[in-house]
Amino acid sequence: MAVYMSASHSENAFNTHDFVPEWAHEEVSTGTTILAVEFDGGVVIGADSRTTTGSYIANRVTDKLTPIHDHIFCCRSGSAADTQAVADAVTYQLGFHSIELDEPPLVQTAANLFKQMCYRYREELMAGIIVAGWDKRRGGQVYTVPMGGMIVRQPVSVGGSGSSYIYGFMDSNYKPGMTKEECLHFCTQALALAMERDGSSGGVARLAAITEEGLERLVVLGNQLPKFSNA
Amino acid sequence: MDSQIKGVSTGTTILAVTFNGGVIIGSDSRASIGGSYVSSKTINKLIQVHDRIFCCIAGSLADAQAVTKAAKFQISFHSIQMESPPLVKAAASVLKELCYNNKEELQAGFITAGWDRKKGPQVYTVALGGMLLSQPFTIGGSGSTYIYGYADAKYKPDMSKEECLQFATNALALAMGRDNVSGGVAHLVVITEEGVEHMVIPGDKLPKFHDE
Repeated sequence: MAVYMSASHSENAFNTHDFVPEWAHEEVSTGTTILAVEFDGGVVIGADSRTTTGSYIANRVTDKLTPIHDHIFCCRSGSAADTQAVADAVTYQLGFHSIELDEPPLVQTAANLFKQMCYRYREELMAGIIVAGWDKRRGGQVYTVPMGGMIVRQPVSVGGSGSSYIYGFMDSNYKPGMTKEECLHFCTQALALAMERDGSSGGVARLAAITEEGLERLVVLGNQLPKFSNA
Repeated sequence: MDSQIKGVSTGTTILAVTFNGGVIIGSDSRASIGGSYVSSKTINKLIQVHDRIFCCIAGSLADAQAVTKAAKFQISFHSIQMESPPLVKAAASVLKELCYNNKEELQAGFITAGWDRKKGPQVYTVALGGMLLSQPFTIGGSGSTYIYGYADAKYKPDMSKEECLQFATNALALAMGRDNVSGGVAHLVVITEEGVEHMVIPGDKLPKFHDE
């Protein structure tokens, strides 16, 4: 709960930092809030839309929900470059695998491809990814591959810098056996709460529902998000 | 931030919530050293600084104890001089002065909550550098990060005492479930015009959530 005003970097009269803005030195990061929920028949995934370089918002309408295959998506958090690169590589590998198999790929396969890459290159990468989708064998599934390269399947998973603030909300509000609409409502609320508290999350809330029938994408604009305070 | 505190720290979850007619102040009961050793499972972080004013502590335990000891003395002296119970704001201000004037050395944050005749139930936050803020409810400590979303979603002004107890208990349980340096039992104190009621909820009686 500390609050303090940041001082300038040095007392020098000619601080070289003055001529170039601070965000020009910072890496582009998707400091973010991402989440995914399983329901009977599919998954609902969601993310905010803010990409930052330091304190500058490089993209306020980012799409962090990346398709990996027809019924498999990933939610990206961490370094924008790293996650884009890994997602592209996995999309290629999975597409190839699916053609060889002559079948739609399993979500577990996609998640494990992410894990292999994130674990092998764990020192170089800064990527926290949630893989979610639907397949014929196990229905809707959510796998989380946080930084470091672990993989675990969870009925509901949150990630990114904004996720810390919504663990309590998620633990108390998630119930197994929700319908698709209930999941969408839950995700919208969770995203709104996180975006309100996390400086690196904001913009619009992007949601997607993946079922056997296909994909349904939604955007909830900033002023339409649920409000939880009097401010 | 909390993990950089040398010595025993109350990596912790604390909160205070006003309701219709009173205020509830609550905390967990764990004190740890560096997050790897629990030095006390049953520490009480709710310090009574006057009849109807409590404060809860977060951060370095040594700093917090020293500051509350000094504050308790100053508040009771002030109360005797004024010949009336102190205002909650006065108690919070005393803490703030101590924190602000010694900001370089101290690493402790406080929540002050209580009831007084002038303004009824109130909650004040004194943050690390000595900022003083009045809020209808507030959460603090390392475990509070995880319940910002829950608290924002579930708090309503003018709750009843039972609703408020449920809110505070749930919030503490959720934070203790996610923060490894918060845990033990939940201490709750209900402060109203009538008096002060202290409740302890042992770990196994705390509400459980879907994955427990």
